[in-house]
Amino acid sequence: MRGFRAAVCVVVLAASASAGEIPRAERRSGSDFMSRETRAMQDDDTANPGMLWVLEGESLWNKKTGDAGRACAECHGDARASMKGVAARHPAFDATRGRPVTLEQRVNVCRTERQKAPPLAYESRELLALTAYLARQSRGLPIDVATDQRTQPFLDAGRATFYRRQGQLNLACSQCHDDNWGRQLAGNVVPQAHPTGYPLYRLEWQSLGSLQRRLRNCLIGIRAEPYEYGAAELVDLELFLMWRARGMTFEAPAVRP
Amino acid sequence: MASALINVPPRAKRGEIIEIKTLISHPMETGYRRTQLGALVPRDIIRLFVCTYNGTEVFRAELHPAIAANPFIVFSTVATESGTLAFQWTGDRGFSETESVAITVD
Amino acid sequence: MSRNTSRREFLLTAGGAAAGIGLASVIAVEPVRATPATMQEAIRKVVGPARVNPGRVKLELPPLVENGNTVPLTVKVESPMTAADHVKALHLFNEKNPQPDVASFRFGPRAGRASVSTRIRLADTQTVIAVCELSDGSFWSASVNVVVTLAACLEDA
Repeated sequence: MRGFRAAVCVVVLAASASAGEIPRAERRSGSDFMSRETRAMQDDDTANPGMLWVLEGESLWNKKTGDAGRACAECHGDARASMKGVAARHPAFDATRGRPVTLEQRVNVCRTERQKAPPLAYESRELLALTAYLARQSRGLPIDVATDQRTQPFLDAGRATFYRRQGQLNLACSQCHDDNWGRQLAGNVVPQAHPTGYPLYRLEWQSLGSLQRRLRNCLIGIRAEPYEYGAAELVDLELFLMWRARGMTFEAPAVRP
Repeated sequence: MASALINVPPRAKRGEIIEIKTLISHPMETGYRRTQLGALVPRDIIRLFVCTYNGTEVFRAELHPAIAANPFIVFSTVATESGTLAFQWTGDRGFSETESVAITVD
Repeated sequence: MSRNTSRREFLLTAGGAAAGIGLASVIAVEPVRATPATMQEAIRKVVGPARVNPGRVKLELPPLVENGNTVPLTVKVESPMTAADHVKALHLFNEKNPQPDVASFRFGPRAGRASVSTRIRLADTQTVIAVCELSDGSFWSASVNVVVTLAACLEDA
């Protein structure tokens, strides 16, 4: 069983002492661990499959929707200007909800409250297209989630999840991604797990997908019960991961193996 | 899905060889995958891609399930005259998609 | 399970069973395989009785891929691409996917260059063969062996 074989590999690797947070100078994006060919796929907008979703997102941005008959563009204008940097700042604190929300949740807040339209389902084609289009507007900018006393408890909860052993394999995220990044796990290189390019086109999925999809897959990989899409645990973890990647260049829509 | 992403130089010199990049959204379901309950997921692929230049066919690709999802095809053609490059993808379940791009040849 | 069952097939089946029924995801389990013999048959079907000479075709594939779902490939033939002397077609074959055919590309003198890039799927470490047909009726081929690594962890989207 693949999961078991992975466990044997990691138990051997994790014999070394915990390394703690990766120093800033050593922080590397997942794209640094990819082959030249996969990197080339990401860097060329005429060849990056994620761009199919970005283009659809652009047309959805301009499409009137909901009972209010409003397009995103009506309030926000040209996304190239108004949405610049937004994806690189999410998850962001939402005062009404009293907690951080992801970009996906922010889109749905606008849809339900301003456009009077039903929320888009997680991992639906439209939500992926819109978030891909928004994320594209932050490409090249540094990741910069705000941390203050309002977001601190959620950041701490996300950090606790990252360092907590989970699942039947009893592994914490940090054991692979802090302590053993750069080494091989059954033929794949273990990346540092910085969400520098979401939503991204994953070759394994043959489709674009969100960070929460990837996190759920990792949880399944260590044989833990995956949190539901939109669960507080996942949002807090997303906030922590973005904070952990602070200052790194945003490269959405990325391509990953 | 924005169905297709096509990249053609908008202008070229007569006789110049131009490179055309095409990317179309399609799952290219192989017909070999099974659901958790064992049922075969039926094949659903693009089988044929044709490029015509002012109506004359200049390139054709016959595809099988081994072509990756969201088929990406890059090929060349000689810029002979101004006009329209038309691209057509056809496949299983009556799939048919056409796109056209204008080109100016000096 | 016969001794010849590949380790990947066994892992996929075991993983599928362990993941349990009731999940709506799709798993890729397929014991049907092309073999070097069926690949040769597929080439024969395209080429007929003519001899296939090694050479003239350049097949570019990464020697090691991180994921077999999307493998970038470029195949080209040096040719003047005139009406008198051009590449008529380029065919791609593999030896271990469920089917040996991958794609066929048809050219004429209007192509300018006999060169195609695309992305293919490779189910396992295997050899990919490109066969080109020239306007003079001759056939040429090139082959590349590609190592395909599988994802380390089971995902279940």
